[in-house]
Amino acid sequence: MTNGWTDVANADVILVMGGNPAENHPVGFRFVMEARRKRKAKLIVVDPRFNRTAAVADSYTPMRAGTDIAFLGGIIHYAIENKLYHDEYVRLHTNAAFLIKDGFDFAEGHFSGWDDTKKNYDRSSWQYELDAQGHAKVDATLENPRCVFQLMKRHYARYTPEAVANICGCTAEEYKKAAALICASGRPDRSGTVLYALGWTQHSHAVQLIHTAAMMQLLLGNIGRPGGGVNAQRGHSNIQGSTDMGSWNNLPGYLKIPRANHQTLDDYLKANTPKALRPNSMNYWGNTPKFMTSLLKTYYGKHATKENGYGYGNIPKPGETENYGWGFFFDKMQRGGIEGFITFGMNPVAGGPNSPKMLDALSKLKWMVVVENFETETASFWNAKKLGDKYYPTYKDPSEIQTEAFLLPAACFAEKDGAFVNSSRWLQWKRAAAPPPGDAKPDQEIMARIFLRVRELYEKEGGKAVQPLRDMSWDYANPFNPSLEEVAREVNGRDLTTGKQVNGFGELKDDGSTICGCWIYAGSWTENGNMMARRGQEDPTGLGLFPNWSWSWPANRRILYNRAAEDAEGKGWDPTRTPIKWDGTRWTGDVPDYKGDAKPTDYGAFIMLPEGVAKLYAADLLEGPFPEHYEPVESPVQNPFHKNVSSNPMAPVFTGPNDRLGAPDKYPYVALTYRLTEHFHYWTKHVASGAELQSNFFVEVPEELAKEKGIKGGDMVKVSSARGHVEGPALVTKRIRPLKVEGKTIYQVGIPIHWGFIGRTRGPLVNNLTPSAYDPNSGTPEYKGFLVNLEKA
Amino acid sequence: MITRRDLIRAGAAVTALGFDLTPAIAAARELKIARTTQTNSVCPYCAVGCSVVIHTLGDKSRNVQPAVVHIEGDPDSPINRGTLCSKGISLKEFIVNDRRLTTPLHRAPGAAEWKPIPWDDAINKIARHIKDTRDRSFVEKDDQGRTVNRLPGIAMIGGCTDTNEINYLLSKFRFGLGILSYENQSRL
Amino acid sequence: MQKVAKLIDTTLCIGCKACEVACQQWNDQEFTMGVFNNTYQTMPSLAHNFWNLIQFNELEINGAQSWLMAKYQCMHCADAGCIKACPAPGAIVQNANGIVDFNQDNCIGCGYCITGCPFDVPRLSPTTKKVYKCSLCSDRVAVGLEPSCIKACPTSCLSFGTRDALHHNASKRAEELRADGHAQAGVYDGPGVGGTNVIYVLKHADRPQDYGLPKDPHIPWTVSLWKGPVKWLGNAVFFGGLLTALVHYIKVGPKEAHRDE
Repeated sequence: MTNGWTDVANADVILVMGGNPAENHPVGFRFVMEARRKRKAKLIVVDPRFNRTAAVADSYTPMRAGTDIAFLGGIIHYAIENKLYHDEYVRLHTNAAFLIKDGFDFAEGHFSGWDDTKKNYDRSSWQYELDAQGHAKVDATLENPRCVFQLMKRHYARYTPEAVANICGCTAEEYKKAAALICASGRPDRSGTVLYALGWTQHSHAVQLIHTAAMMQLLLGNIGRPGGGVNAQRGHSNIQGSTDMGSWNNLPGYLKIPRANHQTLDDYLKANTPKALRPNSMNYWGNTPKFMTSLLKTYYGKHATKENGYGYGNIPKPGETENYGWGFFFDKMQRGGIEGFITFGMNPVAGGPNSPKMLDALSKLKWMVVVENFETETASFWNAKKLGDKYYPTYKDPSEIQTEAFLLPAACFAEKDGAFVNSSRWLQWKRAAAPPPGDAKPDQEIMARIFLRVRELYEKEGGKAVQPLRDMSWDYANPFNPSLEEVAREVNGRDLTTGKQVNGFGELKDDGSTICGCWIYAGSWTENGNMMARRGQEDPTGLGLFPNWSWSWPANRRILYNRAAEDAEGKGWDPTRTPIKWDGTRWTGDVPDYKGDAKPTDYGAFIMLPEGVAKLYAADLLEGPFPEHYEPVESPVQNPFHKNVSSNPMAPVFTGPNDRLGAPDKYPYVALTYRLTEHFHYWTKHVASGAELQSNFFVEVPEELAKEKGIKGGDMVKVSSARGHVEGPALVTKRIRPLKVEGKTIYQVGIPIHWGFIGRTRGPLVNNLTPSAYDPNSGTPEYKGFLVNLEKA
Repeated sequence: MITRRDLIRAGAAVTALGFDLTPAIAAARELKIARTTQTNSVCPYCAVGCSVVIHTLGDKSRNVQPAVVHIEGDPDSPINRGTLCSKGISLKEFIVNDRRLTTPLHRAPGAAEWKPIPWDDAINKIARHIKDTRDRSFVEKDDQGRTVNRLPGIAMIGGCTDTNEINYLLSKFRFGLGILSYENQSRL
Repeated sequence: MQKVAKLIDTTLCIGCKACEVACQQWNDQEFTMGVFNNTYQTMPSLAHNFWNLIQFNELEINGAQSWLMAKYQCMHCADAGCIKACPAPGAIVQNANGIVDFNQDNCIGCGYCITGCPFDVPRLSPTTKKVYKCSLCSDRVAVGLEPSCIKACPTSCLSFGTRDALHHNASKRAEELRADGHAQAGVYDGPGVGGTNVIYVLKHADRPQDYGLPKDPHIPWTVSLWKGPVKWLGNAVFFGGLLTALVHYIKVGPKEAHRDE
């Protein structure tokens, strides 16, 4: 979240799209209800289903799964056409005025630079036009046809209410009503927030979709404002923290993974430290050398020297264009390219796309380690033929699966201390209440014991590449079971000269004299102690910032980009909701997303970006600088905008035995999967209360489709895709309305997740149905908007 | 620890309120959390980040094996102010659950069942596998002679339901070994 | 002594079932398997071990898709039909704070309270042969805590306080809703039973049945009779046979009719 849960109560307009907070974040939803009670905020729900959030909304608009970019692109069009955008904000705080190189274009579904043989873009024509100093040229009048504003206006000219309605399946009238409500937040004295979740991230065009939302919010002047922002609700307790700590392509703190072509730390820093694109850009990522050096020094301790680039050579490096993401490594695993697999608390057979593919991939492993609270479908994948009922009849017998598997009992949350980062970016420390059951152990002990045992084997026997393993620091007071408090202090970082904890990332240096395990967490455990365990409930601004409750990254800042809530002179757009105030010498209020004593005119408001302003136009995404509507990989129609480039041209394609795609003749219905409020993911099927509240898997079927098929509520139905099938009773409902798209009636089928072949309550894995289709930027799978058939079982 | 406990303790001593009918109930039912130990924690489910108070048996004295007997929302949290959803309010059922794993299990190649295995044996076998796979597949230099120090033979996932500190340790674990194929739930 | 009450502002209910589970947890009720019946409501009704139910109702109101959700439990009536009907001393009591509480130690399992209840709340356990229902967490309230369902409710659909304060809040909220254009918004608190200590705010107060609430709850006249002029005439043994027959007759009568109005 750019803002946070408590801030939602400041909103006048709340767009819930790609999420369903009443069901999946009920406690967070209380701030929506508070905004409605206290501010008479309007709640607008756009969703394929009339869900429990829609049940209490002011406006509900149905849509076809996978058409969100069309919907939001239409809002951009509507706001510009009707002059409902926040003009002064757009001029001051965005790159609307930046000029783009001659040669940038969009035609027939492709941006300029498309190479049809390589299936990739040459992005050089997408760049800014630069002056002699390397700064972007601008046209403050916004009239130059090569400026971002004009290009954007032109790009979205096609997204008329009628065109959008034809794609999304609602009526143009419904669409215009929703658009008017959303754009009402474009006034300086109004703010609007966007709450989304996996309904936006689980698409083959997910990142561009969220980019569209950011563009819309920038146009309406809602970024940085209390009650504004683009807010990812996030689905797991520490999904934010685990993202902060890096994935295959990131080191902790969103530092990019070094690639093979950057052989030295200098090469890396040169390539990854941005240069300011405007004279007034603070360009905070210019400090990358300090963050990276401090991380390497933390990792490699005394082995990290200036001469060896602080151990930079030890970090594993993918090739320039290689992808080690989820979709790619499971594909490789299925082809026999991976021997060993370790999972700490994740269940890919249930949660990953295309369960049959996951099952086949795991059977190719030589060994597998699962660290868990409960037995999962992943742990016992080798028994899927027996446990999986009718769903995997052709799967191998256990005797044919040579994977050696280990299932290690882990302590659960209540049995460990440490910090979770919630969706508001608040690091909240928790304490252990009870010992783990039986011989279960905390994850840190399990991991440490394995790591140290491997290291011991190398010491005794030698082997390949001993140095990166030996040099990794692990010098905890109890190395076999590191105290998480000690680890948290290491993550915060300290000055090696004074031996004192650093107070923030501003104190980090690039000469090896400071350590910090994750620069954005610097300040979380200072000489004053554990800031994450703070329990102060004061809210001096009345804006719900709660600066003394826990600790928020970065720098305990509660609203990101809060300098954008003010005009050029530092005066709040809305004087009643100003997160930071300029008193002539310094900023007060929230921790400013700006230099604390810099004059309002000194820098652009978006200090992290080389532009110094927010990007309506972003040349760093793979499929184009402006989001474009692409159909899901499986779709009932060809893209009405450009039939020959129907789905995302950059979406990765897999060709394994389970990677079949379905066509609408055999699989005519659009399906989407989702959670119910009564369950949490694939966990609560082990818990009695979840079993009571939703015991059974079911399929939500539109009343009209049920009628056509002769299905009554409670009848067993079979839903099948090109990958597999699921069976369960039909919940026949009016809440999923048939839609009109390109003159065709489109039915959508709703499929809740939560069941599997192991648990107190059991049912089919819905990912039997889902395709191995992914977003090219983030690698998230397409669970919303794939094709199925439905028949009476 | 919360001092509210003292308040509840005092409250428990309050006698029953008056009845306008038969004075049949001699005392209010005893409050089941009157003397439990309270520990502050955070719900492990979604990312709203509700604070919870975990009530455990006993007063933490030496001879007590604490057991979770009840969980309620923490009224001090500005996020949930004591409230919880249907999943959070039944967290006790997640923690104290006869389906919890309590011993390491091992499934031999081709076997049709899990068998218990002592921790030390499990750690030794896993470490042996990691080393053998690493020695077989580690790539120190790529085909252009560039140092890449990567281990393509092992993939690892996890972390989203565990704390920052464990995620950080996982980063040291994987970079120490050279694992690149690493993802967490945020990719799903 | 001040009366305590529970306010249910149904306009804020999101059907999250936190109150259901909070109730189960606080009262250490065993969880049972729900059933699928073409709705998100998997518990068909209250049970001896399930005292708090959210009823889901999908319908169209003025042509618009609606999904009404409302909590259902003991109403803690001022003039409680269950107490009127109960022949066992001390089995059902009304605390000075207004809570109607069952003490199963004194319950003889006759089930008359079930008949006496205009809201169809008490339930007989097939194993213990005693009757159970929501106690408004009398154990918590006695020590100054709020009932567990109210504490859990994420959206503040539920609130707890003195009856006077909550009545004020309820009327204000209904007014607010009417000002926002919901002309039929109003307060529901069972005037037919002397008022209830559970107060509802309904957006469509003209159609409480859509929320699963009886339109005009009254104590069956047979029960009023028994508690009035008849009771003093003799003990339950004497009238036992007659009353059982009477009760058996009315069990399928007024009670069912109330729910189906």
